[in-house]
Amino acid sequence: MTLSLLFEQLLNGLQLGTMLFLMASGLTLVFGVMGLINLAHGSFYMVGAFVTAWTAGMTGSFWVGLVAGVLAAAATGAVVEFLVIRRLYRRDHLDQVLATFALILIFSEGTRWLFGSSPLWLNVPEVLSGSVALPGGSRYPVFRLVIIGVGVLVAVGLFLLISRTRLGMRIRAGESDREMIGALGVDIAKLYTVVFALGAGLAGLAGSMIGALQSVQVGMGEPVLILAFVVIVIGGIGSIKGALVGALLVGVVDTLGRIFLPSLFKLFMTTADASGVGAAIASMLIYVLMALILAFRPKGLFAAND
Amino acid sequence: MPEPAMGALAGPVSLSSARPWLNRERLINGLLLMALFASPFIAQAVGETYYINLASRIAIVAMAAVGLNLAIGYGGMISFGHAAFFGLGGYVAGISAFHAFDMSLLLSWPITLGGSDFMPGIWLAAMVLCALLALVIGAISLRTSGVYFIMITLAFAQMLYYFAVSWPSYGGDDGLPIYLRNQFPGLNTNDPLTYFLICFVALGLSLALCARLMRSRFGAALTMARLNETRLATAGISPFPIRLVAFVLSAVITGVAGALFADLNGFVGPSMLSWHRSGEIMVIVILGGVGRLYGPVAGAILFVLMETLLGGVTEYWMLFLGLVLLGVVLFARGGLMGLLAGRARHE
Repeated sequence: MTLSLLFEQLLNGLQLGTMLFLMASGLTLVFGVMGLINLAHGSFYMVGAFVTAWTAGMTGSFWVGLVAGVLAAAATGAVVEFLVIRRLYRRDHLDQVLATFALILIFSEGTRWLFGSSPLWLNVPEVLSGSVALPGGSRYPVFRLVIIGVGVLVAVGLFLLISRTRLGMRIRAGESDREMIGALGVDIAKLYTVVFALGAGLAGLAGSMIGALQSVQVGMGEPVLILAFVVIVIGGIGSIKGALVGALLVGVVDTLGRIFLPSLFKLFMTTADASGVGAAIASMLIYVLMALILAFRPKGLFAAND
Repeated sequence: MPEPAMGALAGPVSLSSARPWLNRERLINGLLLMALFASPFIAQAVGETYYINLASRIAIVAMAAVGLNLAIGYGGMISFGHAAFFGLGGYVAGISAFHAFDMSLLLSWPITLGGSDFMPGIWLAAMVLCALLALVIGAISLRTSGVYFIMITLAFAQMLYYFAVSWPSYGGDDGLPIYLRNQFPGLNTNDPLTYFLICFVALGLSLALCARLMRSRFGAALTMARLNETRLATAGISPFPIRLVAFVLSAVITGVAGALFADLNGFVGPSMLSWHRSGEIMVIVILGGVGRLYGPVAGAILFVLMETLLGGVTEYWMLFLGLVLLGVVLFARGGLMGLLAGRARHE
């Protein structure tokens, strides 16, 4: 196991982690402020990827596509909030799970209807298609480093937004006492729509960027959605800091587990068995991590006031 | 458990016997069950044997939903991971049939165990394994509540799903075909009508078990654990073991349904463990009416009919399922049973 491989995989883990953070921050914000569990969050990721791939294919520019994808995801979020989600805030979690599960079905089949079942492809923009040398001799794609950078920027931006702006002040107030900020004259309905659209836009941003690494297809949002749920449950639902820590933890543990567990098992098993068992255990690893954390801290690492 | 406290709880439950025996809900229940029972015989008479398997499918998914309804509807435990038990039951049937087919050993250590196509044995194994799995999952998950409970049950089901996908011995991602349907002594399980009757009896037994359970003192305690756990604790009963037992029973029922499902399809694969499956079973419970004994039956009939009828017209039938589900959740909160039989008595 060389140092350069370890370094490369750590970067891959960081890239997965920052991408998960983009998804998880929206989910956890929506839960923290509105008390809503939203399974349809992965659909905004998918919308972002599809609109980006389609627009980029039409205009030939990744950047136009990226902007269109993020805006489309945010707009979809705002419309969905207005039509469906705002009826669910006062309901119990079971109703929320089911209604948003229904939204997944509607979005997935609707997208399949519009774009067909065959995947779309999106190319990494020319400027970012190169690679840089890593210590140890291997090379790493620039685009993945850019994703990490965007994730860091978003994390800083969200921190500033929530701690330094008027909107952030309202979001924090909404988290601790929604009746009170309503009584103080804040338009809660509008605040909720804005927060929901913000979360959807971040999910769309994640989808747009990942669309350049993977094929863009129906159902692409679901594995990411479940990972994002693992992230926010580990971090403590409602906590942005928890989402950041959880996302990096899940990203790194998942990536390193898949690489190193099979070699670990080779120490005391035959090669064929080791790769099978190693892969099986590695794919379960983050769920084991989540179960362990919840068994000892039933409200996650950074439990918010819920 | 302290005896007097339980006696105090049993009081309000016995009141229900004072109500008239035949009410609208019981009538609807009887009609639903009779319609399900009669349909394969009608299908047989008119020669449309495909519909017999459809009725078996309804009975099986209804049974899986009866199991989940015990957790969600009666126990208030929103499990988003019941596919784990459904799939485990399925894999027990599939793996046992696989080894019986090629006469290889299922287990060589600590005991030697070959495969078997003996259905009652398979069901028993499915029950025991599901109970053990549910004991582990429940013991950890029930420490949490609310969204955390939903997510941790989902996580456990995902663990099993990914394990099945990446474990190569039993087909991995491709799943495992069951070449010869497992056998029940004295019956020809390959005959569609006979197999339907097996499924129907299993559904009937699980409904009877739930009904009996909810009339018992255990049921009263479970209801109170859902409505107000502090009151239950004040009465001297710890809510945790009550919930855990209900969760295990719920898993066992869903697991047997999974074993029947695998035999019906002649196939078991990771899709039986996927979170879509958990969602589907949950959808059936809600479409039918959560916390109503026959809700899962109504929901399963509606779901499978929609799947078959709409699926025959358009390949995008899930879109319409989504719209119907959204409509039910937003505007018809009692589900189908709520529409047919009115609000539940306990509400």
